[in-house]
Amino acid sequence: MGIENYKGIFIFVQQVDNKITGVSYELIGKGRELAVELGTEVTAVLLGSGIRSLADDLAAYGADKVILVDDPALEIYTTEPYTHAMDSIINKYKPEIVLYGATAIGRDLAPRVSARVHTGLTADCTKLEIDPQTQNLRMTRPAFGGNIMATIVCPDFRPQMATVRSGVMQKIKRIEGAKVNLEEYNPGFEKNNKYVEVLEVIKKVSSKIDIQDANILISGGRGVGKPENFKILDELAEVIGGTVSSSRPCVDSGWVEKELQVGQTGKTVRPNVYFAIGISGAIQHLAGMEESELIIAINKDESAAIFDVADYGIVGNLNEIVPILTKKIKAEMAMKN
Amino acid sequence: MDFTLSKEHEMARTLFRNFAQKEVKPLAREVDETEVFPRGTVSKMQKLGFLGIPIQKEFGGQGCDTLTYAICVEELSKVCGTTGVIVSAHTSLCADPINKFGTPEQKEKFLRPLVSGEKLGAFGLTEPNAGTDASGQQTKAVLVENEYILNGSKIFITNGKEADIYIILAMTDKSKGTRGISAFILEKGTPGFTFGTKEKKMGIRGSATYELIFTDCRIPKENLLGQEGKGFGYAMQTLDGGRIGIAAQALGLAAGALETTIAYVKERKQFGKSISKFQNTQFKIADMATKVEAARLLVYKAAIAKDTQKVFSVEAAMAKLYASEVASEVTSLAVQLHGGYGYTREYDVERMMRDAKITEIYEGTSEVQRMVISGNLL
Amino acid sequence: MKIIVCIKQVPDTNEVRLDPVTGTLIRDGVPSIINPDDKSGLEAALRLKDEIGAEVSVISMGPPAADAVLREAMAMGADKAYLVTDRAFGGADTWATSSTLAAAINNLEYDLIITGRQAIDGDTAQVGPQIAEHLNIPNISYAEDIKVEGDSIIVKRQYEDRYHIIKSKMPCLITALAELNEPRYMTPGGIFDAYKEKKVIIWGRSDITVDDSNLGLKGSPTRVAQSFPKSIKANGQKVNLDADESATYILDKLKEKYIF
Repeated sequence: MGIENYKGIFIFVQQVDNKITGVSYELIGKGRELAVELGTEVTAVLLGSGIRSLADDLAAYGADKVILVDDPALEIYTTEPYTHAMDSIINKYKPEIVLYGATAIGRDLAPRVSARVHTGLTADCTKLEIDPQTQNLRMTRPAFGGNIMATIVCPDFRPQMATVRSGVMQKIKRIEGAKVNLEEYNPGFEKNNKYVEVLEVIKKVSSKIDIQDANILISGGRGVGKPENFKILDELAEVIGGTVSSSRPCVDSGWVEKELQVGQTGKTVRPNVYFAIGISGAIQHLAGMEESELIIAINKDESAAIFDVADYGIVGNLNEIVPILTKKIKAEMAMKN
Repeated sequence: MDFTLSKEHEMARTLFRNFAQKEVKPLAREVDETEVFPRGTVSKMQKLGFLGIPIQKEFGGQGCDTLTYAICVEELSKVCGTTGVIVSAHTSLCADPINKFGTPEQKEKFLRPLVSGEKLGAFGLTEPNAGTDASGQQTKAVLVENEYILNGSKIFITNGKEADIYIILAMTDKSKGTRGISAFILEKGTPGFTFGTKEKKMGIRGSATYELIFTDCRIPKENLLGQEGKGFGYAMQTLDGGRIGIAAQALGLAAGALETTIAYVKERKQFGKSISKFQNTQFKIADMATKVEAARLLVYKAAIAKDTQKVFSVEAAMAKLYASEVASEVTSLAVQLHGGYGYTREYDVERMMRDAKITEIYEGTSEVQRMVISGNLL
Repeated sequence: MKIIVCIKQVPDTNEVRLDPVTGTLIRDGVPSIINPDDKSGLEAALRLKDEIGAEVSVISMGPPAADAVLREAMAMGADKAYLVTDRAFGGADTWATSSTLAAAINNLEYDLIITGRQAIDGDTAQVGPQIAEHLNIPNISYAEDIKVEGDSIIVKRQYEDRYHIIKSKMPCLITALAELNEPRYMTPGGIFDAYKEKKVIIWGRSDITVDDSNLGLKGSPTRVAQSFPKSIKANGQKVNLDADESATYILDKLKEKYIF
């Protein structure tokens, strides 16, 4: 069968504990844009156990159709039954594009599926677009530690598959009362040598989040002044759902733990938003964070190097600005709810 | 003639460099400030076999060569002169003579734990009145039945008190002059063996430098190293090897100061531009780098000579003479290029300059090296 | 027990710098290293070897220069090393890479295969799970802890907000995180042995059984259409306002960017 027979955009909807992970909505949003260009539809593929009720939400965020596989084998994510389900759906429905979140689940499932269906997969995309000539999906991603960008295509195999980093695409505004077009499908699950057993689920205490996994980092530097002042960063992090990190001098001075250090001798981070607060921007620090999507810097020193990489630079006193910002965000949140 | 290092030597350098950067460098300033012997670093090096690099595998050594050992001391000394000399004194001055002159039983008993790093080694030759003129030994050892009874003292002993096993030189027959000197293996804890004052030094301040005192200290006869009366010759041969270690330490100090300075002059701005853009800086760096490289060639040549030649005294002397003088010169220039900051203890070059001076003095002063070299020519 | 660890030689991206004028990568003088996640995978294998006894083989696909990382692995304690290298394997994407490596692994006996989660030059995290698929064995990704229990392996598998303790029968494949452990240093004697006593076994095209259509550039479903330096950031905005205005300014920008 030729590749021209593959139609439609499928989104793997990730749910954990019967809650849909945010990136799935973002992918549906992006899927819609691509679908318009290709003149096709967006189908959300929802896998799990006892999750039928989640389907409405997928319609509300723009899925034209939902394929539901509801089976006890899918209750907790493990590689094999999920791979089997996706493989089976791809073979049955023949989508031209399948998108997954670049999460700890998506980055395990998608490669396994790609090997099973024999197609290409592009990891951690930050940009997806349709080539106007060939109608192929152009998948752009950072490579080489974020130093270069590569645009990947998969011209001769279908579906074209990509994992996409969370926070990069926009979900659409919720359509209230959207009616779901639901199709149930069950490929049948039979245990084989590739099934594994989940003995225990241990939830992490949220404060221990790895700064490399954080979507928003509130990073403090020497300019914060003293360890006690990190409190205002903690407060901002709390209201905005971020994580506190730091530059090297604060770690060397023992203000914060080494685990939180961003930079060449610390961790390389690429969050959606990086607040550089009282960080001068030594080259070793920049190397660890300049790939962040959005960099907001607050610094007293107008000539600080951090402003060279910041999207928005604020010259001013962080000890005054940060608490006000925290208050304003709190107020904004309160209005929303 | 090929000046490129083999792949195994390059990989060993990577190992030593990574270890030095990660485990040694972060402690260097503290070790200098507090003058505390870096016991933790020594036990890490022990686990990795750094204390038995040139010794054969049959005694638990790493089975590498003297060049690998020299590269180790060089890389450690790039970040911490103290750590460099600990390894050098242990390996060259204690493990090496036991390996060379010891009996199979002595090797089993003393070399094996030294090489595995379980025990640390030191060497005692210098006395208050026997420095450059080492033949004036006043420490005496008298054989009584099955024991030598040792009386006297040694000064400026590197790894003193921290070491477990000591090679001690002593007069067994004063009438024979240097031919009356013998070498002994002495264990810490032997009754009558105590430690005097710890020296307060200008540099390599974490290295423990002690006076050793022997008061009717009884050494079992079987701890005589080699033959009675041959100790002075053993000591001189041992020092030939030791000088390669110290030359490598000097090389490391110079190379470390150069690296630090190159990074600094690229960052430091004056008159609106990086000071690396000034010709004075450029020429000084060029001279420093050339001297460091010349020192390196001499050190490596001497290290190879130790494994391939019967006698390598001149090679070792030239390497130590040149590398130590380069170390003093380059570290001093490094401080100069750092300006006022370089004179503060916030910057490593200040410590490196203090550490470098000793390399011109211990294990034979520069003057002694010149005597060795010229004595071979004239 | 027989363990195979897949390792990749990568440029140390921490040391990669960008040419400030052209925006291209300066690769000269950048040292090559064992990919960090792979190195932790190797350490995990060596610990199993220390604890319960195992034969650890390392395998790498790459150019002849990848010999160096295999020697390094042996200097750390690996027993055997295989280098899968041939012009025919060049230009492979993750699909072709995994099918080549799986074919090479098929030449060996194994109970456990460990790969790194991802390589720092590509960051795809695909090759491990894909090898497992080609070999028809289970895989457990993102391992933070590994234990052997009889004929099974118990893995602490990391997710964003939780861990799963997963039990799998062997043979299986595990992808290791750098957080798994602190890899040991080589020893000087280990380095000498790796070069003088041990050897790296070279496997070319004719040494592995796999269809040509699954190899190299030809066997790769994906193509790089274009690669370009990450655009140097257009000069951002810089403002100098009073504290309250500053906070409002940030809030507006966050809203503009849909942060919340």
